[in-house]
Amino acid sequence: MSETVTTPPAYVAPAGRSLFEPHRLVLMAIFGVLVFCIIWFMRWDWLPRYSAKLVSGIGESLLMLFATSFVGFLLAVPIGLAQVAGPRLLKWLSVLFCTVIRGTPLLLQLWLLYYGLGSIFAQYPEIRQSFLWPYLRQAWPYGFLALTLSFAAYEGEVMRGAFAGVPRGELEAADSFGMSRFQTFWRIWLPRAIHRALPTLNGDTVLQLKSTPLIATITVVDVYGVISRVRQDTYLTYEPLLLLALIYLCLTGILVYVFRKLENRIPTRGV
Amino acid sequence: MKKALTIAALALTTTLAVLTGTAQAEQLKVGFAAEPYPPFTSPDAAGNWVGWEVEFQKAICAEAKLDCVITPVAWDGIIPALTSKKIDMIIGSMSITEERLKTIDFSDKYYNTPTVVIGPKDQKFDATPEGLKGKVIGVQVSTIHQAYATAHFGSTAAEIKEYQTQDEADQDLAAGRIDAVQADSIALDAFLKSEQGACCEVKGVVEDDPAILGLGVGIGIRKGETELKDKLNAAIKAIRANGTYDAFSKKYFDFDIYGK
Amino acid sequence: MATAATQSVFSLLALDSPGWGGVMLWGFAHSLQLAIGGYTLGLIIGIGGACAKLYGGPILRDLMEIYTTLIRAIPELVLMLLLYYAGTDALSQLLAALGYGAVDIDALTAGIFVIGVVQGAYSTEILRGAIKAVPIGQIEAARAFGMSPLQVLRRVTLPAMLPHAIPGLANLWMIATKDTALLAVIGFSELTLVTRQAAGSTKAYMLFFLAAGALYLALTLVSNVVIGLIEKRARRGLTRTA
Repeated sequence: MSETVTTPPAYVAPAGRSLFEPHRLVLMAIFGVLVFCIIWFMRWDWLPRYSAKLVSGIGESLLMLFATSFVGFLLAVPIGLAQVAGPRLLKWLSVLFCTVIRGTPLLLQLWLLYYGLGSIFAQYPEIRQSFLWPYLRQAWPYGFLALTLSFAAYEGEVMRGAFAGVPRGELEAADSFGMSRFQTFWRIWLPRAIHRALPTLNGDTVLQLKSTPLIATITVVDVYGVISRVRQDTYLTYEPLLLLALIYLCLTGILVYVFRKLENRIPTRGV
Repeated sequence: MKKALTIAALALTTTLAVLTGTAQAEQLKVGFAAEPYPPFTSPDAAGNWVGWEVEFQKAICAEAKLDCVITPVAWDGIIPALTSKKIDMIIGSMSITEERLKTIDFSDKYYNTPTVVIGPKDQKFDATPEGLKGKVIGVQVSTIHQAYATAHFGSTAAEIKEYQTQDEADQDLAAGRIDAVQADSIALDAFLKSEQGACCEVKGVVEDDPAILGLGVGIGIRKGETELKDKLNAAIKAIRANGTYDAFSKKYFDFDIYGK
Repeated sequence: MATAATQSVFSLLALDSPGWGGVMLWGFAHSLQLAIGGYTLGLIIGIGGACAKLYGGPILRDLMEIYTTLIRAIPELVLMLLLYYAGTDALSQLLAALGYGAVDIDALTAGIFVIGVVQGAYSTEILRGAIKAVPIGQIEAARAFGMSPLQVLRRVTLPAMLPHAIPGLANLWMIATKDTALLAVIGFSELTLVTRQAAGSTKAYMLFFLAAGALYLALTLVSNVVIGLIEKRARRGLTRTA
């Protein structure tokens, strides 16, 4: 279990000591009783009514997560590259972009896009009559945009570090093989940079999951939105929130597990 | 290191004690939604909350001799906030409904107004299930309007879209993201009179459904607090009788908001 | 847009009523209070947690592991809702049990508590990593001089780990300032919520959100400068880069 000090550590699974040490058995027993109490003494009768909605909510959350992470990463590559090797203007622009996005809360960006930009769009009949309007009047494009830009800014910094960290010798070697600049980038620089950044990228994707519930504040019905609905319908305080925490815990656990499997399949020799 | 741990624990508890020491115990916290809901509660540029309901709350607390402090909270968590004692009363345009009475208690009603549907001027439809066919209707969550729209328009409307605040629903109607908004007539009237509300007009009053639309707006309190409830009911009666209610209502409305 | 209209739009930001600038600055002050309070509480929890993880018994260590794992795996927004309702409930019951009487917790305290508990998990990990980076010989030497564990912590471990902890802690401060915005969802009147109220009341959405963004950005930039100075000072006398 290694900790990098510069970034806040993402979820790291506990070290694999034996689960059957005596004190752990006692702890597990206590937690078992706790879980039993929660199941037995709290109200869960609403659960069947909302199960279909919950599943579709989880789907929406995961779809948002993967779509924004993927597109965000595609944006992060040029942003990182511009900061390492771009002309001065591009470099300056991408630094500005990263500073602004990283320096302001995501919730504020989200509301700025949805309410601010949305109200400006609505003022122009040209936009309201265009073929894009059926999409622009919905909420998810704004959530998608905000989450994508956020991911792009954070990963842009990561990619900057990764590009800068590829040893010069490797690029010079590619050069001396007669590769064009584009070939060097495509065959050596980019793959090596992604390879270096992969653990951070995976960790940040898990962090991105934790940002997705914010889109519920602009009427996108993700799993958090469904749970809000349950809270409003039943006036229960704790039960829906506990379930929500459990759902996110499971999603995080699954993501961490899958990413670890994937990372293990990629050879890390020489990194 | 045991000692260090004790010190850390001690420091922690002292911090908490100092932090909580500033909290006062006797005041009654009056909760309402932390959002502009004119003409009932809205923040002004000086950071104060103003509106009809703020004046009503002041009059009630003065009449009942309660030490009240207004506490804006998130609307979607306002009932949990009451039951978990974050606040002690809700004076926030909350209608008395059967569903809510399962969880909390209410004073007698202090106002009652009809429910209307509004929509853009350039679209012609009325506030019936047929009229709203295929429309996207905006409502505020955890309101009687959400329950009503879901029950009566849910089968014909394209979508019932839920908003955390009434203001957001109004904003999205003005921005053309939704086709209609169902809400309290007075709150919508304030919106229609605003610059943004020029886009829209009242499409009609919805058909009454007392089971959902409730018995008017009351002060929400925790169950079992009968003493407080009696005090509040007496205070509502008193300010109705001595003219205080009419005096501050006149500043906002040209009709009797109390209803029949 | 005409100049007159532009002027009237910007007059919305004037400090005195009818401008909303004063309210926004007041909200900003609240955000700062929350961030500073939550961050400090988080640090205290972090120091305790790191010590517990490194030197505590197996049960304490496992409990801390559960705490940090849970906090880091659940979205801040969900945690804040849970802690705001359940956590403050438990806390007031605890204080009542300890004999402080029925204290009810005001919104600011609840907000600081919520941010502090979330931050505590991250600072636990950062401080634990930093303490581990202190050469064990230095601590042993201090012990050999007959210092008590607390003296070792104060005189050797904390100062020696500081250069290792500062980048992480600085990052955490940035996160703290931005996490305060999430309290808007609970209804706490900090900068983001005040901004939305101002925007909703005046319908000048772009203006107010951009203005709030500028305030947050200014805070970040000023913080960066201050952190740079602190880092420089903490690293004095250090030959290698940690």
